[in-house]
Amino acid sequence: MSSPNRIDAGAPHAATVVARTQESPGIFTLQLRLDDAAAQTAYRFAPGQFNMLYLYGVGEVPISIMSDPEERDVIGHTIRAQGRVTLGLAKLQPGHKVGLRGPFGRGWPLQEVSGCDVVLVTGGLGCAPVVSVIHYILRRRERFGKLVIIQGVRHAEDLIWREQYDRWATLPDTQVLVAASEGAAFWPWHVGRVTELFGLANFDPECAVAMMCGPEGMMRAAADSLLARSLPESRLYLSMERNMQCAVGRCGHCQFGGAFVCRNGPVFNWGEVKSLLAHRGF
Amino acid sequence: MFSRSDHTGFLPLDQLHRLVARLMQLGYQCLGPAVENGAIVMRELDAPDGLPRGLQAEQAAGRYGLTQDPQHRYFAWANGPQAIKPQTFASKESLWRVERDETGMLQFEAVVSDVPAQAIIGVRACDLAALALQDAHFLRDGRRDPHYARRREQLFLVAVQCAVPAATCFCASTGDGPIPTMGYDLTLSELTEGFVIEAGSDKGASVLDALHLSAATQQQIDDARQQGQAAAAVQTRSLPAHNLRDALMNRLEHPRWDEVASRCLACGNCTAVCPTCFCHAEVDAPALDGHSSQHERIWDSCFGESHGHLHGFNVRPDIRSRYRQWLTHKLATWHDQFGRSGCVGCGRCIAWCPVGIDLTEEVAALTAGEVKP
Repeated sequence: MSSPNRIDAGAPHAATVVARTQESPGIFTLQLRLDDAAAQTAYRFAPGQFNMLYLYGVGEVPISIMSDPEERDVIGHTIRAQGRVTLGLAKLQPGHKVGLRGPFGRGWPLQEVSGCDVVLVTGGLGCAPVVSVIHYILRRRERFGKLVIIQGVRHAEDLIWREQYDRWATLPDTQVLVAASEGAAFWPWHVGRVTELFGLANFDPECAVAMMCGPEGMMRAAADSLLARSLPESRLYLSMERNMQCAVGRCGHCQFGGAFVCRNGPVFNWGEVKSLLAHRGF
Repeated sequence: MFSRSDHTGFLPLDQLHRLVARLMQLGYQCLGPAVENGAIVMRELDAPDGLPRGLQAEQAAGRYGLTQDPQHRYFAWANGPQAIKPQTFASKESLWRVERDETGMLQFEAVVSDVPAQAIIGVRACDLAALALQDAHFLRDGRRDPHYARRREQLFLVAVQCAVPAATCFCASTGDGPIPTMGYDLTLSELTEGFVIEAGSDKGASVLDALHLSAATQQQIDDARQQGQAAAAVQTRSLPAHNLRDALMNRLEHPRWDEVASRCLACGNCTAVCPTCFCHAEVDAPALDGHSSQHERIWDSCFGESHGHLHGFNVRPDIRSRYRQWLTHKLATWHDQFGRSGCVGCGRCIAWCPVGIDLTEEVAALTAGEVKP
């Protein structure tokens, strides 16, 4: 059974690449439009959810949705060319076809955070599932307090959307903190670990929500820093990644303790997953 | 004459073929025990009198062998490597297909395979308990799997009460056997001169009515009950009756995980024979002409290297973490997902493990010293 705002049951729907952007040497963005008008009308997502993208004859991959949920025309996906499917997707050009089903999973708790400061902590390509949150907040700026965007990358050249970070940094009540473990010439931001920036983050722990997405080691360190600044655990969220093949809690690959990450997540409250995150191998 | 209000009859030994014949007449493809590669497997019966007699299955850790049953019974074998699971959760199933034309347009189409109505003769209480768990997974409210549902709806199940459990069996301790209590259409208890037969569904009752059997005597019913109780009493292995969730999840760094990992081959046999394991991979099978592709699911195992694969690294790179994933899911976090343990005590993972790893022994070692609530 499919709920009315998704096209996630059964076979994928055909979609057309309407734009392709090379974000960095290994990272690209595909803007997709569903071919079937009824599917396009039915399709709605919440920031933090993901789609399954299908490359003909190769297979499917879970990709988080990076576009603005209000943009009803195209659905954006920022992808690292890494495996069989994503290396193939990287070769697609405007006009080419893919399959799409989704959206899946539980997104960010945006309804619950009205009136509060929002701290976004991302590492590497973890910024992709969170950028739709930034769009969401910027469109409804009056409903939120301060916005703190913290992004860490390994190498300075890994940072994508550099112009956007520059632009966000100029907005009122918005703080942008970026760190690269390895800097480069003309790198304007911090060189070092992203967690070294947490002391600079300007938010009110009494009324703030943090959302994290990135490598688990980084998220554990970030959680320690945020909790040390008296952010309550109940307002700390993270997005998890696991092998996902069915996306509907059936194939078993994404099981994390008693949770199916694809269905019960990918966004979890810190308290739901912290004990198992302390152990390698789940 | 057996009355419809009391669905317990007696089927004389020499009339077992009438039950099979009736099911065939109703259009069921009948699966029953057959010997293949030295093990009991479920295969299509060619004729109503095709059921083998006089077999027992001797099982131990890492061992399975057929022996003669001195009493020449039909169902003295405890179980084989598979029973119901391959019929409902097929080891390979087409989910959807896509056609690509010359211009690159894609056309997707859901596939639901045609499957015949099947009757399986000789399923055990552990298999029925496992089927209930597979139902909970695949037929979850709001997200019914149409492929599983289609196969499941077509099934007619003839259960058999175990009289001769294997040394690997521990269904009495998990509360799932050896007496079938639910989920069957008909259930048989094999006595010297015939079967006490009982209906568990309307479908079963109408088959039973059509056989026009005499009612089972009180003595026969008592004998059958005693046989079931005796089959429980002789089981030597067991799992603790209480929920092991916290006991196992509090011991995730126990040295026993390293010890068992040093013996485990990560072959995945335990997951293949486990009647509750549901993991599957999705794969694409493109046609050679480049114009179409089938998207299929195939059984997968959490012991395989690809199970924990994530863009460029493996969440579970070592056998220790894979064995721990399997055992903690089966016995601990299964409770979170389905409200009970995922083990039904069939013992298959013990018998079919090539190095004889025994989960009851691993649980005992991991939880030794635990204070039972």
